[in-house]
Amino acid sequence: MPLSENRKEKPMNTKDIDAIIDRYGGKASSLLQVLLDIQSEVNWLPKEGLERVSEKLHIPLTQVRHAATFYKVFSITPKGQHQIHICMGTACHVRGASRILDTVEQLTGIHPGETDQDLKYSLETVNCLGCCALGPVVEVDGRVYGKMTPGKTGDVLKQDE
Amino acid sequence: MERLNSPQELENFRREILSRRDPDMPCISVCVGSGCVASGANEVVEAFRSEIDKQGLETNVDTKGTGCPGFCERGPVVVIYPEEICYLQVTPEDVPEIVAETIQEKKVVERLLYVDPETGEKAVHESDISFYRNQERNLICNNIKIDSQKIEDYIANGGYSALSKVLGGMSPEQVLDEVKKSNLRGRGGAGFPAGIKWEGSRNAADPVKYVIVNADEGDPGAFMDRALLEGNPHSVLEGLIIGAYAVGAKEGYVYVRHEYPLAVRNITLAIEQAEARGLLGSNILGSDFEFRVMVNQGAGAFVCGESTALMTSLEGRAGEPRPKYVRSNVVGLWGRPSVLNNVETWANVPLIINNGSEWFTRIGTEGSKGTKIFSLVGKITNTGLVEVPMGITLREIVYKIGGGIPGGKKFKAIQTGGPSGGCIPEELLDLEVGFDELTRAGSMMGSGGMIVMDEDTCMVDTARYFIEFLTDESCGKCVPCREGLRQMHKILTNITEGRGNDGDIETLEVLSEAAGEAALCALGKSAPNPFLSTLKYFRDEYEAHIREKRCPAPSCKQLISYYIDPATCQGCAICVKKCPAGAIDGGKNRISIIDQEKCTKCGTCIEVCPSRFSAVRKISGEPVPPPVPEEERNIVRGSQKQ
Amino acid sequence: MSEITLQIDGKEVRAKEGATILEAAQGAGIFIPTLCHHEKLEPFGACRMCIVELEKRGSTQIVVSCVYQAADGLVVRTRSEKIDRVRRTILELLLAHAPDSFVLQDLAREYGADPNRFDKEGSFCIHCGLCVRTCAEVAKKNAIGFVGRGINKEISFIPEIAARECWDCKECFPLCPTEALQAAYLLAMGLRRPPARNSAPLKNSSWMST
Repeated sequence: MPLSENRKEKPMNTKDIDAIIDRYGGKASSLLQVLLDIQSEVNWLPKEGLERVSEKLHIPLTQVRHAATFYKVFSITPKGQHQIHICMGTACHVRGASRILDTVEQLTGIHPGETDQDLKYSLETVNCLGCCALGPVVEVDGRVYGKMTPGKTGDVLKQDE
Repeated sequence: MERLNSPQELENFRREILSRRDPDMPCISVCVGSGCVASGANEVVEAFRSEIDKQGLETNVDTKGTGCPGFCERGPVVVIYPEEICYLQVTPEDVPEIVAETIQEKKVVERLLYVDPETGEKAVHESDISFYRNQERNLICNNIKIDSQKIEDYIANGGYSALSKVLGGMSPEQVLDEVKKSNLRGRGGAGFPAGIKWEGSRNAADPVKYVIVNADEGDPGAFMDRALLEGNPHSVLEGLIIGAYAVGAKEGYVYVRHEYPLAVRNITLAIEQAEARGLLGSNILGSDFEFRVMVNQGAGAFVCGESTALMTSLEGRAGEPRPKYVRSNVVGLWGRPSVLNNVETWANVPLIINNGSEWFTRIGTEGSKGTKIFSLVGKITNTGLVEVPMGITLREIVYKIGGGIPGGKKFKAIQTGGPSGGCIPEELLDLEVGFDELTRAGSMMGSGGMIVMDEDTCMVDTARYFIEFLTDESCGKCVPCREGLRQMHKILTNITEGRGNDGDIETLEVLSEAAGEAALCALGKSAPNPFLSTLKYFRDEYEAHIREKRCPAPSCKQLISYYIDPATCQGCAICVKKCPAGAIDGGKNRISIIDQEKCTKCGTCIEVCPSRFSAVRKISGEPVPPPVPEEERNIVRGSQKQ
Repeated sequence: MSEITLQIDGKEVRAKEGATILEAAQGAGIFIPTLCHHEKLEPFGACRMCIVELEKRGSTQIVVSCVYQAADGLVVRTRSEKIDRVRRTILELLLAHAPDSFVLQDLAREYGADPNRFDKEGSFCIHCGLCVRTCAEVAKKNAIGFVGRGINKEISFIPEIAARECWDCKECFPLCPTEALQAAYLLAMGLRRPPARNSAPLKNSSWMST
């Protein structure tokens, strides 16, 4: 797969992982914080990363893997360059969030939980970003857009091209 | 930065900060909470800073980004002190005019003021805004005044005076007593008396104890904790420190959901600043009391808002709840006594210490004391956070504060307590809001989400939506929740898609019993509530869906058809142009007809049809009338009928 | 350790302090159905079949007996209309996954559970966790674990560890009530990279052909 220069993902080596583990004192209870940092550095949790974490924190790999697949933030497959999160919380739902989702699916060609083939977009639904008064809400790469309509969605996605 | 080594030094520092500040100097406060940021608040702050510079006013005017006052729908929110002039929906383009008119000329920019929806009156000052006027904003009033990233602002506003009072001469038992006397009940959902929870931990034999802030606000539609933790993190921290002192804990945790990065940043900064000033760490304010706090992020799991699941998550594991036969205030985090309380509960503690438990008990009802922050969202005119005394009626919240239902629509129900709660119909609107009162009505207080629904909302779909949410968030450990909700979701989906059968309601009730009685944790146990409460108050909707394949709202996509009434269609053809599926046939002065095969039920035609015609309607449960014959489709201008 | 006395189904039962209600009942020969319990493992509390009713000051509370600690004077009922109804529902939900399981079929007969109440689901694992917990707590090899959450939760072997350890262990194999475990093992072994030239090939054996 061709890799674009702008991709956030970079190969992660053992030294980087060890540095993250040390940041939290090497305690087993820091597992989630360690995985969060790895996820934000390379945009996913590579198998080698989980194995190194298991080794250094003395946690069975099965337990590391369970945590890595239990929480929605983590991904054990590579994610796209742009993270699109559509809020499906109650307030947004009542104001038509599913129509926004339909439009984004049409524009990107993927469904929630998927990443497109060019590793450009990853789409997820999230259960409430806390901006309920501005529903429906879409978050792209950490930036929140409120009062969305199907029409505005195209513009928001184009902004990050 | 100098450490404050005694309560006296804190007071001196406070006086020193205040002496450096001129209360008459204009201060432009722009809310930079997540909601307003999403509406462009950071750009507004920048615009103010550069315009002030441009006009050479930097030494005479203060500009700051502040915490969230909860009026997010009208953001970006700007309040200009000392007059407290409040402007709403401010854009960078408005900034030069505001600086010229209000800062320099002391004149008001009328078009940016709040307009009362009923009287049409414009509110100049923040305190005139009817949305705020009917609230009792003890907790949240300070957000718009302080820069959430500066401890000096908190201290200047009276912050840490409760801690000062505690360490200046109260014993842990005395603090515990005050909290008990206040009858503060947990604001996270269960409403358990905080003082009794604290006492249980204090009296537990194990000397190692923990205090925890539950900031995993997962209820969709609720954002009170976001505003508090983001906007005034020190208020929560101060409560936590006082709690640790009362309980005897040396370590504390703040568990913040990952979806609130600004809250994570602000509380982390607050902890650093408090440590630097000697308000955390060893010898707090010069006493023997030591206490340290760590921030842990969640990683996207609603179930981790449940106390035992949260603790399991803090221990570094998948957040599966544990059986709670021995309460976690005795056996909690790492098996030690742990006091876990919600953000808003902790934020109430400094108020109780400063004003006294008697003051607190004068607000509210017999069983529910103090104020509660609710997030009023959905089909309501004034959306946002409302802080009201317990005992206020739902009717007052919806109509007096919320401004009623927009678009002339009829109120249908208000959902409280998130996915664990239930819907309250119109006939119960005079219910006084309180823990026990809401539970008796078949719902619960929960964390404070209040979602208003109108006549266009389908209650069966609402139940389906909540069950879908819970099925997605279930940890999957126990059978009644994992399997029970799975089947409930299937049945409810079938019902909303016209495939309901006789016997479905009974099956749903059996599954509800299994989950309610035998599920492992509160998520599973309360999961059937949205279904049970909508069944109780809107049983006719379920029966219409099942027996007549009709959605009364009408709303369920598979059960509705969009129809253009030939009697009122004026042939403007706007819908023809706007239909994203190209499903409408028509043209200027010809009656438009929807091709039912192509229609995707997106609802655009209803939205764009001019309201003076209102020719589009939804039909459910009956066949669509046959299309008007070709010869009769031409409209002669000026006539309503053919 | 001192002894305590409680009442189960009207019968006076003596048990050691610290025992669970389930242990106390089993000690007195009173049967309570379980699916996820095993005496060598920490109580799991997942299947909820072992629920009992506690009579406390006029009100009834439902608890899982495998976790709830027995105490002096406790009044316990192991059967009632409600308990039976909930157990029947649990069985019907699980039979949608594993209709051929002998363990489930036996209990279904006792409680009148209809194996066809719910449409059949794809996976026949019932998430009793016996395999995962045995591997973690008894064999201490951690070759198999849970992945995912909610209805997407599954058991999954770690192929490298399983290829090394399972052949000579198989402590968990007889415990699976549905044979989902055996299926998962075969899948894991089938999907892994071909073994290196000198390592032992997978042997044929009678258990693999059931």
